[in-house]
Amino acid sequence: MNIVKVGMADLNVAASPDRIRTTGLGSCVGVTLYDQVSKIGGMAHVMLPSSSLGKGEVNVAKYADTAIVKLIKDLEKKGANRRRLVAKLAGGAQMFSFSSTSDIMRIGPRNVEACKETLRKEGIRILSEDTGGNCGRTIEMDCATGELHIRTVNQGVKAI
Amino acid sequence: MNKGFGNFGEFQFDVLKEIGNIGAGHATTALSKLIAKDVDMLVPHVQIVGFDEIADSVGGPEKVVVAVFLRILGDIPGNMFFIMDQSSAYSLVKETLGTEPAGEELTELEKSALCEVGNILIGSYLSSLADFTQLNLQPSVPALAVDMAGAVLSYGLIELGQSSDYALAIDTVFFEGSEAVQGHFFLLPDPAYLGKIFSSLGVPLE
Repeated sequence: MNIVKVGMADLNVAASPDRIRTTGLGSCVGVTLYDQVSKIGGMAHVMLPSSSLGKGEVNVAKYADTAIVKLIKDLEKKGANRRRLVAKLAGGAQMFSFSSTSDIMRIGPRNVEACKETLRKEGIRILSEDTGGNCGRTIEMDCATGELHIRTVNQGVKAI
Repeated sequence: MNKGFGNFGEFQFDVLKEIGNIGAGHATTALSKLIAKDVDMLVPHVQIVGFDEIADSVGGPEKVVVAVFLRILGDIPGNMFFIMDQSSAYSLVKETLGTEPAGEELTELEKSALCEVGNILIGSYLSSLADFTQLNLQPSVPALAVDMAGAVLSYGLIELGQSSDYALAIDTVFFEGSEAVQGHFFLLPDPAYLGKIFSSLGVPLE
């Protein structure tokens, strides 16, 4: 079994029995897509809600709207069936609590909303999520089962 | 390779190092007065780093850190972090409050004390920088988080992430003589405004 790593503003795909993992999600959102039959899964570490915010050349893995679309394509290339894909979400925290509620400070919730919106447009069901709050998360998906393990500093490990 | 940071040469990096030197120099002096102990610092490290590498110098993305963060407003917007590991934070609580931390987790009072220490130190970093460059710099209200370094530092990348996949980090390590307290000052200027720093100092961009 290998662990496939996903960096910040990055995405990757893997198949059973491998696992796929990203560390230190703060306001970023980890989106996983999984096909239960082919046991192929993918993960994106999304940093910003919309590619319309991008200036110049765009790294598609950075934005919710473009990352999810690219992830679906990559999964199909690897042999997953788009109609069987289901999603899980983790992250989108507000690491620092400021009294001001400027857009930048609300980036976590905005990232979550943007991921949900894109998944809805692509017709992909969200099975479960662990989003919001104010703690960092490290997540790892087991491509044998589609289970998503979430580790936080204060609450240990849980699976969704 | 300068990864989209314009025409940066050795000379420009040296200027940014000097900025770190002056800012962190004043901040460590302030810290030294605050805890009545000698505080030293290392030569600042100026790096253009990928988002994934940003947490490497503080122990990796999953290392638990205590961080005070504030946004810099004014002529050269950016983000500033004062970052320590947990044992340093406990030592600093002991030095500033004069009491042992109550338990494993920092209490609200202890967090608030650390946040204020961070505010004072970052404040002196920035005011020396403002004097040096004659630019207008205003710190936002500070906030504190105890969490994974990757999760905390990525907050400072949101703004610049809109235009770049790399960050310019001016990282200065400071340590108290006995090394009971050590940490980092991290300055992440928004790349679009770097030219302003240089022109304020009369440094040409090649």
